[in-house]
Amino acid sequence: MEKFLTDLETNYKLKSIKQLKNHDNEFYVEVAAAQFNAYCLALHKTFISTVMTMFAEEQKDHFIIYCGFAAEKMAAWIFVVLKVDKNKPEFPSIARQIYAANLFEREMREMFGLEPTGNPDGRRLRLHDEVWPEGNFPLRKDFGKEKDKALGEYRFSKVDGEGIFEVPVGPVHAGIIGPGHFRFSVAGEPIINLEIRLGFTHRGIEKLLEGKTVNEAVKLSEAVSGVSSVAHSWAFCQAAEKICGIKVPRSANYTRAIYLELERMYNHLAAIGGIALDVGFSQPAALAAIIKEALHQLNEKLTGSRFLKGTNVIGGAAKKISSEEEKLIWGTFSSLAKDFAELKEMLSGSVSFLDRVDTTGWLRKKSAEDFGVLGLSGRASGINFDLRQGFMPPYDDLDFKIATATTGDVLARLNLRLEEFAASISIIKKLLNSLSAETILAAKIENRAGFGLGVVEGARGPVLYWVSLNKSGKIERCKIVDPSFRSWQGLSYAVLDNIIPDFPVCNKSFDLSYAGNDL
Amino acid sequence: MSTLDKLITNCLRRGIVTRSIEAKEYELLGAELKGLINRRFARSFNIREVDTGSCGACEAEIIAANNPLYDISRFGVNFVASPRHADALLVTGPVSKNMVLALKKTYEAMPEPKFVISCGDCAFDGGVFLNSYYVEGGISKVLPVAFHIPGCPPTPLEIIKKLLTVLNKL
Repeated sequence: MEKFLTDLETNYKLKSIKQLKNHDNEFYVEVAAAQFNAYCLALHKTFISTVMTMFAEEQKDHFIIYCGFAAEKMAAWIFVVLKVDKNKPEFPSIARQIYAANLFEREMREMFGLEPTGNPDGRRLRLHDEVWPEGNFPLRKDFGKEKDKALGEYRFSKVDGEGIFEVPVGPVHAGIIGPGHFRFSVAGEPIINLEIRLGFTHRGIEKLLEGKTVNEAVKLSEAVSGVSSVAHSWAFCQAAEKICGIKVPRSANYTRAIYLELERMYNHLAAIGGIALDVGFSQPAALAAIIKEALHQLNEKLTGSRFLKGTNVIGGAAKKISSEEEKLIWGTFSSLAKDFAELKEMLSGSVSFLDRVDTTGWLRKKSAEDFGVLGLSGRASGINFDLRQGFMPPYDDLDFKIATATTGDVLARLNLRLEEFAASISIIKKLLNSLSAETILAAKIENRAGFGLGVVEGARGPVLYWVSLNKSGKIERCKIVDPSFRSWQGLSYAVLDNIIPDFPVCNKSFDLSYAGNDL
Repeated sequence: MSTLDKLITNCLRRGIVTRSIEAKEYELLGAELKGLINRRFARSFNIREVDTGSCGACEAEIIAANNPLYDISRFGVNFVASPRHADALLVTGPVSKNMVLALKKTYEAMPEPKFVISCGDCAFDGGVFLNSYYVEGGISKVLPVAFHIPGCPPTPLEIIKKLLTVLNKL
């Protein structure tokens, strides 16, 4: 890696101030403000990876900005680090060159008051202008009570022209679903612009995590997105374990991976059923719900929680999978295999259904790359990136293929979900076969100061936790990135030229999390 | 065989799936609930659901209560798309500041008589999100709450159990 960075610097005529290696696979490169832009761009050009995470941290006398990239061939992470003076809280924006950084920059602006100079969009994401006065930066260390100042109003981008009208939807929707505001501009039937305003479920989790011990924080990480509780808590535990120097036993990682795949399975079924339901094909939707319920009941029997909460603890897994439980898993899988085959046949056998999903909600590869759409929706558009390839230890032992597609429409995402569902079954089978009797909990756990990154490929895509602990083992800063954060923008592009009645099916094919996005 | 033929034969082969739930208690509770709704709500009890910042698990469980196995609507409990059609408001989440106005407006849009049920531990007092700068800390801080369904998240069985006691008390 050191050689790679030297080569990169000579090729692109770059200069770094300091390089630091952290926990085997994290590299931090500190650069001067004038070099920040060019360095990020060089890394962005080198890897498939987009800006995976970008966040700020407050120190005593300065802010630090981190911009993280995944070096997929080397299975490593590179962070470009920039120190910002507190008296002049601004940094050069990279959003004009790397659009995927845009939301992260806006996030830093509202949370820390760090101005990304050159970023064209100064609007806030989560702290809505109507309820939160300007000039209150919750993630700053000196933030106490909110200061009374004037409230503002959010400006939606406007499309003008003859016959164009706006359709506002939300935040309270017709179904049983999270809140978000969708502003459609339509000319006749086709959508010509969609602006998604989110943040309605913002709960201030990153601030809440500060000052908590790692053990206390696991429960909170499960509540970031309730239907991805395993992915989130595993990513958090991974980061904390790295910092504390805990070596997680092999069996613990296997057990965690089994739960993660179970989580992926029920999430995919929710989306598959939703896609069928949103075009009015209710029988497969009902069948998907039946299979999904069987999985929730299995989860409850295995862990006591239908959503697999409480399975991850710092140092390993909370509970061993016993041989009776293993039989239970086999039994459930064999009984749902027939239902699943039937579901697949129903979906692929109906011409009118395929007509509704084929070429609908088309997300081009270029758009997906620009927005940084990864995970399942990214793979459906031809971005071959999955953290399970190389970045997550238990999967290295397994021989499995990541499913990809190229068309990027609703059908592609549907087919990928069907494929991944089947793949998860075979992954779980392999993991169960190689589970051994060894312990699932690391023996000694001691607190250490430091920082580290935890990564997990959840059902929706990469979940990233960057954690910094102080000397007493409390959290100083925790940055959470849920895949939905970037993918929502992909959705707003995928629906263009489609008609509003097709929006629900496009939305469901992405199946994004409101809670994970809003934090 | 055409798709339609397949669907029909599948339905016949599968039979009524609602009976296959392991908890027999559910059917008994449901029958009681149905009787109650028949008497007090002229056979249909309509609920409008609002998420004010939950993690999404409560929504998933409320959806599960509507799946073909639990199928809560056969007892007369319907989840409706508009607050104008609702008898009760079912609210999840600790109430993010961003949702206060939308929640109040939804409540105001409901016709009288009406009442509010909070659902999930964080809807009660903020739960794990208590003391955050951005949450109000429970539905009762914003609206008069008549009943609460505890759980993180409450299972479909717990939801129906609590609904039964709720309607009994009215």
